[in-house]
Amino acid sequence: MTILYVIIPIAIILVSSFVVFFLWAVKEEQFDDLETPAHKMLIDDWNDKPEKVKI
Amino acid sequence: MSSSNDTNSGVVQVKYNDQIVRMFTLATIFWVTIAMLVGIFVALQLAVPQLNFTAWLTFGRLRPLHTNAAVYAFAGNAIFAGIYHSTQRLIKTRLFSDGLSKLHFWGWQFIIVLAVITLPLGISQGKEFAELEWPIDIAVVLIWVIFAINFFGTLLKRNEKHLYVAIWFYIATIITVALLYTVNAISIPISYFKSYIVFAGIQDALVQWWFGHNAVAFFLTTPFLGLMYYYLPKASNRPIYSYRLSVVHFWSLIFLYIWAGPHHLLNTALPEWLQTLATVFSVMLWAPSWGGAVNGILTLRGAWHLLRTNPIIKFFVAAITFYAMATFEGPLLSIKAVNSLGHYTDWIVGHVHLGALGWNGFLSFGMIYFIVPKLWSTELYSKKLANIHFWIGILGILFYYVSMLAAGITQSLMWRAVDANGSLVYPDFVETVIRILPLFLFRALGGVLFLGGFVLLLYNIYKTIKQAPKELQDETVQVKISSSAPIHPERGHRKLEGMAAAFTILAFIAILVGSIIEIVPTLSVNKYVNTEKKVEPFTPLELAGRDIYVKEGCFNCHSQMIRTIPSDVLRYGAASTIEESMYDRPFQWGSKRTGPDLARLGKKYPDLWHYMHMEDPRAVIKESIMPAYPWLITSTIDFDSLEKKVTVSNKLGVPYSDEDLTDTSKRAKEQAKKIADLLTSQGVKEDVSDKKITALIAYLQALGQKGGE
Repeated sequence: MTILYVIIPIAIILVSSFVVFFLWAVKEEQFDDLETPAHKMLIDDWNDKPEKVKI
Repeated sequence: MSSSNDTNSGVVQVKYNDQIVRMFTLATIFWVTIAMLVGIFVALQLAVPQLNFTAWLTFGRLRPLHTNAAVYAFAGNAIFAGIYHSTQRLIKTRLFSDGLSKLHFWGWQFIIVLAVITLPLGISQGKEFAELEWPIDIAVVLIWVIFAINFFGTLLKRNEKHLYVAIWFYIATIITVALLYTVNAISIPISYFKSYIVFAGIQDALVQWWFGHNAVAFFLTTPFLGLMYYYLPKASNRPIYSYRLSVVHFWSLIFLYIWAGPHHLLNTALPEWLQTLATVFSVMLWAPSWGGAVNGILTLRGAWHLLRTNPIIKFFVAAITFYAMATFEGPLLSIKAVNSLGHYTDWIVGHVHLGALGWNGFLSFGMIYFIVPKLWSTELYSKKLANIHFWIGILGILFYYVSMLAAGITQSLMWRAVDANGSLVYPDFVETVIRILPLFLFRALGGVLFLGGFVLLLYNIYKTIKQAPKELQDETVQVKISSSAPIHPERGHRKLEGMAAAFTILAFIAILVGSIIEIVPTLSVNKYVNTEKKVEPFTPLELAGRDIYVKEGCFNCHSQMIRTIPSDVLRYGAASTIEESMYDRPFQWGSKRTGPDLARLGKKYPDLWHYMHMEDPRAVIKESIMPAYPWLITSTIDFDSLEKKVTVSNKLGVPYSDEDLTDTSKRAKEQAKKIADLLTSQGVKEDVSDKKITALIAYLQALGQKGGE
C-alpha cells in the first residue's frame, strides 16, 4: 500500500495541471466560439474573414 | 486558368477540378465489383475445394488479390475521390496540379493492374496486405508521394485559411500511410520478382502488424472518418454534432491507434510487455472510436425523419453504426482471454467484414450516391433502387457476419474441447472444419447478397450518368476574401487549425510516439533471444521450399505459431519460441487457421504422405478442403537463384556455413536426391529430384526441427 504515497501526489499534480490548463484555455477565449467551423463548412462560398458588423 | 482574381473587392472565382473526382469515382465502382467477385469466388473455394482449378486460381494466391483489391483498389480509389472532392470545397481552392492529379490516377490504376497480374502468379512478399513485390512497392510509394504533393500543394495555396476537421484526418492518413508502407516494405531484392524482407521473425511480426493494424487505422478508418465529417453534414445539411468533440476525437484516435498493432500477436512468443501494452491501448481506443461514432450519429438529432426519406443518410447512419459495432468488437477481441478464443478463426474474418462491408462499403456507397448526381449535374435516377440496395446490403452483411461469428466460435470451442482425461475431444483438425462448412456457404450467400445490392448501384449510377447533360461543367464558386481580422480571436487549437504545416508536424509526432516505443526496442532483438538455444538455419533446399510455401500463400490458411495457451500446446506441441523463427524472412506466424498449425509439422508424417497430400489432399484426408498442388510435381526448382538467396540471407545475419555459401546448388541437389530416391523406393514413379515438391517436402519436414525450443 506504500505505493499510495507516490500515486496520490502524482494524481493530485496531474489533475491540478489539467485544471490549470483548462482555466488557461477558457481565459484565452478558446471556448468562446465552438460553432463557426461546423456551420462554415455547410456554406459553399464562405468568406474567410467577414468584416465586423456593428450592432 | 483555374481562378481569376479581382483584387479590389477581394472576390476570387474558383473552378474546381471535378474531372479527377469523376475518374476516381468510376474507378471505385469498377474495382469494388472486381474485389467482391474475387471475394465470392474465394469464399466458395473454401466450401468447394474443387474450385481451385489451376495454380493461379488457388485460394492461397487469390485471397491476397481479394484483400488487396478491397483495400487498395476499392477503398483507395474511394478515398481519393472523396478527398479530392471535399478538400477543394473545404478550402475553396482548385487542386494544386491537374497533371499530378492525372498522374496520381493513372499511376494508381497501373499499380492495381500490376497487382492483379502478379498476385495470381504467386509473386508475393508473403506479408498480409503487403504482398506486392518490391518494384510495385516502389511504385506505390512514388504515387503516394505524388498524392501528398498534390494535396499539400493545394493546402499551401488555399483560399480558406481554416482547416476543417475532415482535412486533419486526411493529413494524418497521408503522412502515416507513407511511413507505415515504406518501413514495412524494406527488403533486399533477389530478382525482379523476389526479395527478402530485412526484418526477421519477431521483428518482422511486430513491424508487419504495426503496419497491418494501422493500415486498417489509417487507410480504412481515418480517411473514412474525414469523409464522414464532410459528407454527413453536407448530405443532411446540418452541422456536425460537436466540433469540440471532433478535436478530442482526432488527437486521441491517431495517438492511441498506432500502439494497438501487437494485439494481432496475443498469446504468442511476443514479449509480455508488448502484449499488455497492446491490450491496454486497444481497450482505450474504445473511447475515441465511439466518440467519433456518437459525433456522427448525433449530427442527425432532430432530423431523424431524413432516415425515412433519404437513402444517402440511411447508408451513412448504417455505416457509422457498423463502425461503432466493429470498434466495440475490436477492443473486446484484444483482451487476451477473448483473443485466445477468437484468434485464428473465422470470427476475425467476420469482424473485418463488419468494418469493410458495413463501414467502408456503406460509407462509400452513400458518398457515391451523393456526389455522382452533383458531378454529372443531374438527379439520382432512382431513390427507390438505392433504398432496395440498402436493405439487400444490410441483409448481406448480417448473413456474412453472423455465419462467420458462429463458425469462429464453434470451431474454436471444438479446438479447445477436452474430455475428463484431459485429451482432445476432436484431435483430428478436419472434424472441426466439417462442422463449419455449411456456415461457409451461408457466408458466400451473404457476399452474393451484398454484391447483388451493389448491382443495383451499378444500374442506378449508369442510368444517372446517362441522363446527364453531354457537356459536363466543373463547379465554379466565388469566394470573397477580405483582409480584416476575424471577429473572434484565433487562439489555442483554433489557431493551430489555420496552420497546415504546424498541424501536420504535430500529427506526425502523435503517431511517431507509439511507433518508436514499440518498434525500436525489438530492433535490438538480442535482448529477447536466448543465445544458449542454438538454432540451425534452413538448408538451401529447405529455403527453396520455404519460398514455394510463401509463393503459394500457405500462410493464408496455416499458422506457424503455437500459442502459450493449453489447447494449442495440447494439439500442436510445446509453445513456439522467439528463437525458432529468428531467421524467418518473412515471418510466417500467420493470422488464420483454416488448416492446422504447422510450426512443429516436421517428421510428423513420412515424405510420401506429404507427396500424396500435396498431389491430392483428399486422397489422404477424405474431407480436406485444401487445394491440390499437382503442378509442384511437374515444375522444377530454380537451383540457380539459391546461391544469391543464401548469400543475401547470410548478409542479413543467418549463419550459413562456408559450404552452404559456396556449393549452394550442389548441396541442395544432394539433399533433393536423397528425398527423391526415398520416394522412388516407396513407389513414386517419376524422378522428382529437381521438382518443387521435393524442396517443399524438405521444408515441411524441417519445421520445428531446427532447435530453439
